[in-house]
Order: sequence, then structure tokens, then C-alpha cells
Amino acid sequence: MTDLATRASTRVVTSPGGRRRLNGGGPRAGTITAFLIPFFLPFVLFYLVPVGYALWQSFRAVHRTGGQYGTSYTSFGGFEQYQKVFENTEFWSSIGRIGLFGVVQVPVMLFVALIMALLLDTPLLKLKSVFRMTAFMPYAVPGVIAAIMWSYLYSPQLSPVVDLLNGIGLDPDFLGPGAVLWSAANISTWLWTGYNMLIMYSALQSIPQELYEAAKLDGASNWAIAWRVKVPIIAPSIVLTTVFSIIGTLQLYAEPAVLRQISSNISSTFTPNMLAYAVASGNNYQQAAAISVVIAVITFVLSFGFMRLTSKRAGL
Amino acid sequence: MSNTSVNRESRVSRTAAMALMLLLAIYFLLPIYFLIVAATKPQGDLATTNGLAFSHFNLFDNLRVLFTRSDGIFGRWAVNTVIYAVLGAAVGTLISALCGYALAKFRFRGREFLFSVILGGVLVPTTALALPLFLLFSATGIVNTYLAVFLPSIVSPFGVYLARIFANASVPQELIESARLDGAGEFRTFFSVAFKLMTPALVTIFLFQFVAIWNNFFLPMVMLQKESLFPITLGLYQWNGQTARAPLLQQSVITGSLVSIVPVIIVFILLQRFWRTGLAAGSLK
Repeated sequence: MTDLATRASTRVVTSPGGRRRLNGGGPRAGTITAFLIPFFLPFVLFYLVPVGYALWQSFRAVHRTGGQYGTSYTSFGGFEQYQKVFENTEFWSSIGRIGLFGVVQVPVMLFVALIMALLLDTPLLKLKSVFRMTAFMPYAVPGVIAAIMWSYLYSPQLSPVVDLLNGIGLDPDFLGPGAVLWSAANISTWLWTGYNMLIMYSALQSIPQELYEAAKLDGASNWAIAWRVKVPIIAPSIVLTTVFSIIGTLQLYAEPAVLRQISSNISSTFTPNMLAYAVASGNNYQQAAAISVVIAVITFVLSFGFMRLTSKRAGL
Repeated sequence: MSNTSVNRESRVSRTAAMALMLLLAIYFLLPIYFLIVAATKPQGDLATTNGLAFSHFNLFDNLRVLFTRSDGIFGRWAVNTVIYAVLGAAVGTLISALCGYALAKFRFRGREFLFSVILGGVLVPTTALALPLFLLFSATGIVNTYLAVFLPSIVSPFGVYLARIFANASVPQELIESARLDGAGEFRTFFSVAFKLMTPALVTIFLFQFVAIWNNFFLPMVMLQKESLFPITLGLYQWNGQTARAPLLQQSVITGSLVSIVPVIIVFILLQRFWRTGLAAGSLK
């Protein structure tokens, strides 16, 4: 990493004494390295090395000598671990579950965020900063705490929401087998709508006002301006929030893990990450590594794929 | 513009817009309001009284129980959280700032390559890192120590990305040149000139990294077995899992949740102009 820096700048002018700077050029290679090292050393150790290590582990296989309780050793196993991942029905059901979750939750959340951002950007509303703040507040709440808070609102013994719905003749079971996935989706929506709304809102704020004046002169209504002018201009922000949301969905762990504490309808392999953790807890690290790599690859493919697809469509 | 039908239409949309926003505001506030109400009740009232109405005011007693339970372990968790999230974000912000500043202001070979490696790091799911890190750390004996959570937390590729954008935007090259002509070394220039100009940006990076560490539940869960090292989130998660056997813990989980989020929410309200700058920068791409 650092030798790239050591070869230094072409603008450095070295004087005979070895001391630089006759024309105010850049700093010495050593100085540049000193700026970069405090970040790059931990970045390499705690980001790049683990990624490499996971890859290496995922290509190992465990062998045992002398039956099931014999001593074990690992050696190169080719794609054996990956084959096991793809043959694992629990893996596919966790992917299916998270896929269903993402296909519903992400569009709903981003649509609500977009509507809020557009409304905040019109003169229709009062108390704008209050609304902005309220929506963003959940961002300061960690997923675990949010899930604990919501689980009290879901639990039949404590929940004022359940009481209220009982009062009007409904009998909801937020933790039932069909509902618990959507109860988890609601927690994610609660946590992240405001954050996404603010990214879109910031983008709306940077659009020059003259553009609206021009559209108004052409006879465009407020709705037309919102959908035909504003939304296309902030498309990059919408793509960005979608990519963040896809990454977040595939990483889902804390919220279902908390709901699992009060609902028997969430298994220990409910999401891909929960599966990876369960497999690692069973000391099958090579298999857990392969699962982690597959999750990371799916994340990359989906986020890049989405970015490519939308940027071609929108001509961004 | 003084046309009455236009006015009526705008009054209808005004009302509809306000109604929708109010409904959403209630949705966002509901869990926090419920938590505040529940934290003030004695355990016995939690299930027997209306969850949205105050009953006997028992908050101070609940707090006393919370902070004395298990030899005051909650206080310990709070200190740990400060170490992980506040100290981690502070160190992380400093190293991100140095790196981002260097990438923005120094010209050297491989600069763009290093930057794209960092950007790639933004996309690596942190949960995918936690398991291999656990294996590496258990091989080196760091597992189950403060360092196991602290060290990985100081790395923020997104922080470097923001620092580079902000350094480009807020530190004029001429100022750096003139500091150099005055004989200041690069570090001196950074700390006395650039650091001040970048302060609003650094607060933003600090806030984002603080939230990232504060939210990262998977890493501490994988790394830590010793309760005394837990951050608040992991501690409350564990207590919450025990409420079926120890129902009295429920009130402490509720009070603890409130204690843990209120200071953070207040800080966020006070510092809103900073995170708004950060979000605006994030949306530029």
C-alpha cells in the first residue's frame, strides 16, 4: 500500500541538501505516508485481511480421521463449501424471506420518504423543521433498542395498540407466523424512513428555483412539477437510498433476533446473517465463511446491478 | 393568483398535507412516547394500565433499580458504550480526516487507486466482516477484550469519503501554500489551518461514525462473552431475553432503553445543522 505513496509526487522539487520545496510544491513521500498510515493500517488489518481470510476459509474443507470424533484437519476443498451453501434449504428459505421482505419494505419505505420529502419542499406545510426532526429521530435509536420498543407494542399483554384494535373488534397477532416478517419490516421502516427522506430532501433543496418558475410559466401544475421535474432531478439520490436499503436488508440481524426472544415464529436461521451466525456457533467456520461470502457477493451484485440498470435507464 | 378556485384547491391540499404529516409524526413518535410513559410506571402497572397513559410516577425508583441491578452493571455498560462509540468515533474521525485531507490535497501516484479501494470498503457488509474478524482475533487472543470491538470500529471508509469531499470544498489550496511558505510543516498546517476550516465537516463525520458504532450490534455480539465488556445495546438485548424467566427485568429493560436513547436524541437535535450537511454531501453523488 505504502510504496505507492513512497514514489511520491512529481511536483516535489528537491534541493541539493535533500530539503524540498523551492516553489511551494507538495510534501515529501514520508509525510504523505504519515497522513495515510493511521487510516490504512487498521483498514488493511480489519477490512481487507478479514475479507481475504473469509475467502480463504471458504475454500477449506474439514476432514476427520478415525470417525466422527477423531481428530480433524482442514485442507483445500475447492467449491465444496459453496456447493453445501447452495444445497442448504435453510439458506434458500432465508434468502427467499429476505427477498420478500426487501421487495415490499424497500419500495414502501422509499415511497413514503419521497412523499414526505416532496411535501416538505412545498409551501403547503407549516412546522417543517418539527416534522423533519420527528422523522429523523429514529435514526438515533439503535436497531436493537427500536426492536425492543416495538416488541412491547406488539406484545398482547402490554400493547396499547393491540388494546386499541381489540376495542374496535380486531384481534391482531403481530407475532404470528404470517405477520412476524412484516412486524420486523415495520421496525426497519420506522428506523430508516426519516434518514432516506432527508437524503432526498437535501437533494431537492439544491435544485435552483428558476427551474420551477419556468415549469409554472409553461402551465405545469404542482403535481406535474413534483413528478416530472423534481423526481427526475433527484433520481441519483433515490438510487443511492435504494442501494443503501438493499445493503441494509441483506444485513438484517438485530431486529429479527430481538423479536425471536418473544416469538416462536422466528427461527435461528430466519435471515441469511442469522444462519451464518448459527453455523459459526456450531464451530463450522468454513461453512459460515462461505455463507458470508455468498451474502457479500449477492449484496454487491444487487447494488451494482441496480445502479447500472437505473443509470442506463435514466441516462445519468 | 387571487382566483378563488385556486385558493380552495390549495386549502384542500394544505389540509391533506398537514394531516398526512401529522399521521406520520404520530407513527414516528409513538414508540418513544410509549417508552417514556412505560419507564415512569411501576412494573405491576405495565400490563394492567393503559400503555399510553401515565399511572403512578415511579421513574426515580425504576432508575435506582436499573443502576443498582447486578452490582450496577448498567453503569458499566454505559461507560463501555462511551468508550466504543464516543472514543471510537473520535479516533476514527481523526484518522479519516488525515487520510481524506491527504487524498484531497496532496498529489501522488496511486492516489485514485487508494481512493477506489476505500470506496469498495463502503460496500463491504460489516456483518460479513465480523465472523472472519472473530477468527483472526481469537487466533491473536484479542477476543473478549475492549480492543476486539474498539479497533474495527475506528475504520470508516465512508468517513474518508466525506473527509475528502469536505477538504476539497473547505480548505483553499492557497492557504496551504502560504502556510508552507511561512515554514509550517504539513502536520502543523493540517492541525492549525485545515482542522479549523474542516471542523463542521469533522463533527458530521463524528456523528455518522458514532451512529454506525452505536448501531453495530453484530460485532460486539460476536466478539464479547464477558458481560462487563458489553455496550448498552448488547446488555439490554441479553436482559430482554431473560424477561420470560425474570419478569421484573422488564421494567429495567424499558427504563434502560429510555436512558440510552434520550441523550443521543438530544445531541442530534442540538447538532442538526451538522448531520444535514453530511446528508447533503452524501446525496451529491
